[in-house]
Amino acid sequence: MAKEIDVRGLSCPLPVMLVKKAIDAGEVEIKVITNDSAAVSNVQRLGKNRGFRVEVDKDDDNIILLLKR
Amino acid sequence: MSGKFRPAWWVITTGAVFGVLFALLIKLGNPPNMGVCAICFLRDTAGALGLHTINKLSYIRPEIIGFILGSTIIALITREFKATGGSSPLLRFIIGIFVTIGALVFLGCPIRMLGRIAGGDWTALEGLLGLVSGIYVGTQFLKAGFNLGRMQVLPGSNGWVMPVIALGLLILFLTRPDFIVLKGTHAPLIISLIAGLILGGLANRSRFCTIGGIRDLILMADTYLLQGIAALLISAFILNLILGQFHPGRFFIAHTDFIWNFAGMFLAGLGLVMLGGCPFRQMVMSGYGNTDAGITVLGMLFGAGVAHNFKLVASPAGVPNNGKAAVIIGIIILVVLGFTNRKFDNRG
Repeated sequence: MAKEIDVRGLSCPLPVMLVKKAIDAGEVEIKVITNDSAAVSNVQRLGKNRGFRVEVDKDDDNIILLLKR
Repeated sequence: MSGKFRPAWWVITTGAVFGVLFALLIKLGNPPNMGVCAICFLRDTAGALGLHTINKLSYIRPEIIGFILGSTIIALITREFKATGGSSPLLRFIIGIFVTIGALVFLGCPIRMLGRIAGGDWTALEGLLGLVSGIYVGTQFLKAGFNLGRMQVLPGSNGWVMPVIALGLLILFLTRPDFIVLKGTHAPLIISLIAGLILGGLANRSRFCTIGGIRDLILMADTYLLQGIAALLISAFILNLILGQFHPGRFFIAHTDFIWNFAGMFLAGLGLVMLGGCPFRQMVMSGYGNTDAGITVLGMLFGAGVAHNFKLVASPAGVPNNGKAAVIIGIIILVVLGFTNRKFDNRG
């Protein structure tokens, strides 16, 4: 079960900080919900640098990132 | 991020173009070591609108109009223009005022600080030390849970307020009604405007931010935005050398008071981490519909008027006592906010 982190509406750098905290806590599958393109690229960069595969999925209002080790 | 270096070309390009334009705009008429300064240019714009009465520091800076509208244009093309806001707008307005006071006690926003260093003004290094210290304290508040609350998606018209204000400023510039004062030294309108549009557009894509560069390095060992800062410093330095504008050890529109160079930029650095980006970045964000950034820019504009009317602003002669008091008050208020705005979440 992926750990879910909702970062909608949070401004930089809080989205990345929350995801980093989850990675540091040893999570191997993280689902990030955002609606901000800056957060998308920041979280993608963090995930890739930490050895995660990052899938990006969009619906009408939100962008979902799935980080898997 | 595990120390891996990946060149980030968008942000490097933004920084390099920034450095080139910084030096060129000085050559073409902007004040010495002030090719671009987000805070000083807001201050000049405040004067032009009558928010303070120092005529030689009064000019609607076309660069600022360009920062906002350049970002708007790119956001419309990429379909990323979206009205958002509601994350402690009044607090952002107040923090914007104190950031401006701090920057005007130092005499420059973080971008002008870099440009001053690239021009050989070593007193700006005192400001850099203060800025980094302020950012460091800010990151400690972030780690402890500081935040200003989540922003929400707003009705679309909200997002257009800042772009329309920017357009309005351009119309005031062109029509010159008699209540507008245009006296400051400056580069030609069209060049300043195009430079602003280019920088606003580039920064919209790269998210170039001086505060973010230092903050992310301290917080996450992430060098993405820092690469832009390095590119700006290097390109401004090279262009200054070529144009005969590199004067090691000399300073223009600056002062040598270490404590207040440090303290002014400490206040600015702390406040700007709380706001999530440097003054230039706030303008770029306000261009794509972020009304929290918009209210911050208006707070900075208001703060510039306050800073001059209350005689807080430094000059080459030094920092007035009113300015020193205001910096101390500002630091106290921001530290109180840092401790009181923790662990808040208005989700749902």
